[in-house]
Amino acid sequence: MFAEFGFGILILTFALSLFAVGAAVFGYYGKSDRWVESARRAQQLTFPLITLAALALIYLLVTGHYEVKYVYSVTDVTMPLYLKVTALWGGQPGSLLFWSWLLSAFATAVTLRKWDRDREFLPWVVVVTSVTLTFFLALIIFFENPFVRWWQTLSGDFVAQMFAPSGGVLATPNNGEGLNPLLRHPGMIIHPPMLYLGFVSFVIPYAFAIAALVTGRTDDRWIRLTRRWTLMAWLFLSCGLVLGMRWAYDVLGWGGYWGWDPVEIAALMPWLTGTPFLHSVMIEEKRGMLKPWNIFLIILTYSLVIFGTFLTRSGVLSSVHAFAQSAIGPMFFTFIGATFIISAALLITRWKDLRASLPMNSMLSREALFLLNNLLFMGILIVCLWGVLFPLISELVTGVKVTVGPPFYERAVGPLFGALIALMGIAPLSAWGRSTVRTLGRAMWKPAIPTVLTPVILFAFGMRNWIALVGFTLIAFVLFITLHEYWRGVRARMNAQGEGFFTALGRLAARNRRRYGGYLIHIALVVMAIGILGIEVFQTTTQKSLATGESLDISGYTVRYDSLAQFDHTDGRYVTRAVLSVFKDGEFLQEIYPRYDLYPSGQPMTIAGVRTTLADDLYVVLVNWEDVSTALAPFKVYHNPLINWLWIGSILFIIGYLVAAWPEKEQE
Amino acid sequence: MLAGRSKFFIGGLLVLAAVVYLIITSTQANAEYFMTVDELHAEGQSAAGKSLRLSGAVVGETIQYNPDTLTLTFEVAHVPGDNAEIEAQGGLAQVLHDAVVDPARTRLTVSYTGAKPDLLQNEAQAIMTGHLGEDGIFYADELLLKCPTKYEEAVPEQVNGN
Repeated sequence: MFAEFGFGILILTFALSLFAVGAAVFGYYGKSDRWVESARRAQQLTFPLITLAALALIYLLVTGHYEVKYVYSVTDVTMPLYLKVTALWGGQPGSLLFWSWLLSAFATAVTLRKWDRDREFLPWVVVVTSVTLTFFLALIIFFENPFVRWWQTLSGDFVAQMFAPSGGVLATPNNGEGLNPLLRHPGMIIHPPMLYLGFVSFVIPYAFAIAALVTGRTDDRWIRLTRRWTLMAWLFLSCGLVLGMRWAYDVLGWGGYWGWDPVEIAALMPWLTGTPFLHSVMIEEKRGMLKPWNIFLIILTYSLVIFGTFLTRSGVLSSVHAFAQSAIGPMFFTFIGATFIISAALLITRWKDLRASLPMNSMLSREALFLLNNLLFMGILIVCLWGVLFPLISELVTGVKVTVGPPFYERAVGPLFGALIALMGIAPLSAWGRSTVRTLGRAMWKPAIPTVLTPVILFAFGMRNWIALVGFTLIAFVLFITLHEYWRGVRARMNAQGEGFFTALGRLAARNRRRYGGYLIHIALVVMAIGILGIEVFQTTTQKSLATGESLDISGYTVRYDSLAQFDHTDGRYVTRAVLSVFKDGEFLQEIYPRYDLYPSGQPMTIAGVRTTLADDLYVVLVNWEDVSTALAPFKVYHNPLINWLWIGSILFIIGYLVAAWPEKEQE
Repeated sequence: MLAGRSKFFIGGLLVLAAVVYLIITSTQANAEYFMTVDELHAEGQSAAGKSLRLSGAVVGETIQYNPDTLTLTFEVAHVPGDNAEIEAQGGLAQVLHDAVVDPARTRLTVSYTGAKPDLLQNEAQAIMTGHLGEDGIFYADELLLKCPTKYEEAVPEQVNGN
């Protein structure tokens, strides 16, 4: 009943969404406000409708309707309620529905606003959002229908179809397969929605950019209207990426947080174009430059968002052959290709209107440094694209399949990120229009002194790795310059207004949220860089089988194996849990409990035992093999210096974002 | 004015050149070549030192493991690298079985340090990353195993047609 209902609603929404596209185009060219209004209403109606469809699916998930294939594949009877609800995005069909739901929500939120001054944008914003929505609904309806059910045919076979095959009876399994245990982690429950929120929010600035191109209203109005959407997209995307890292670190048990696999890269790529977009729109707002570049960036971001949506959940990249076999792959590529070409063609036809009003002259001006930031981000994007596509290219050209692994990315991307950090230090000090070495030198000589001392001190304390020395110097550079900027602002207020330090700090940030929030985000990013540099350069690892009472040493710690317990958990998994004691300099610190869970489906899950401090993590994994016993158990131990600064930095990042994006009193 | 423009143009080119340089050198330093056991055998010592990714069928009786030192050695037998070829020969499970029982197949000794994986058993598919030593032994840094029989069991209660 609910399955047919949900599917029916989806078809209705699909039709409505198509109508919205047609009505908006007709209304625009026929100069009929009534048709545009009708398109807008139709588009707004998609939101409650998809909500109903999603609720129908949630109902089926929660009530255990295992005759529905999707419910069967992502839930089972032992799963708690919250996991059954969040299983909505536990598989490809459900996540596509969830994606569409978010898109319709955002598109509706956009069209609900007053359009008095921007009436001409409305039809095209409706067209772009509705075309995107139509495409996703078509994918759901024709290829990835979450409401498909199991049927038993007369010959006894089971088939998955929406409606009964002739003579078929509905087959209702007693239980489902359950959500992959690896995904039953708080990080994995919030991570996909965060990523999707980020992805979907980028559709809105793209829609306005296209509207600006079509209507020829190519001033920076579209950027100002969508600034908040862009920031929101960027926040959610960033949070999604960090949560994914945290999940990998907690659950996958390999001592790392980022493995450069194609799915991770697919999620990173929109961030690599979204971040420079966020910066270069400022140049357009302040100086009227780089208009075509900004539009190009948002077009690219949109294409990468669609690409990322496709890759992050479908898993097709694990095998090149699966690409060709899946019907959904060519559809996606056609859609991405078509939207990209149409958007780029529009951009070219408008090229003349987009010329800069001011020439760019000084190499050290703020806009020139922002441009360099953009180029570096594009460089990182190219490295990522190359890494993903290289196996395909090499196989086509030479016949030998060659891949590149994490060391390739680390080596190629490291210097580019280093240069970006250096820019983060210099750019905020340079002026719009014109800067010289002299003006920059005057602004930065004070923070430059402790910066220069940083590598000297680190070297004196025994750090010999040159990558780390360069990296920490760059990080110190940004930290000192940014803190100095804060201090200059605060001191000026303290002197001029006679305020106390904290009052001055609070008011300084409140008066210029965008600037000081942005600075805080810069600080957050270099704090994260401390963690990344620490684990990338200084991680050490060792492995050994330990007898009870035996211990091993790593980086000043001693880890002693005390005991092992094996038992059945109430939810059916078989748990093997070791108890180890951690010592430093002969002093007992704490016990840790690395675990190895075997789920009834045969899926294992390795949970590390971690002692965590600001300086380092001691990360112990109980490595499974058949003969694990109380007497002898194998352990793999990682020492991860500074890793926690990665997570601390990401919290600072959110605070910085809130300062920068908090709504100011009506300004429009 | 023109000088101003060309200044930016040259700057942009420099950044681009740096990116291209990084890509090329990193690719050269870190490329992993996919090979079969036969291909590696044909190439011999000229493949030594290259970073390789290799797939083979595990020969059960050759597995030797020392839990104290965590040293693991075993032999793998040649299996075709091409998916279409594997399908033509009756699927992965069949290909792996044929490879292990056929005494004429090229075999390669693999050495790995670390815990012995659960799935390391007769007729499992081993996917290894590492390099060929001068002693003709393949030293694996990374060892992934796939067990086709386990995958077949994982298909839900004979539900087909999906």
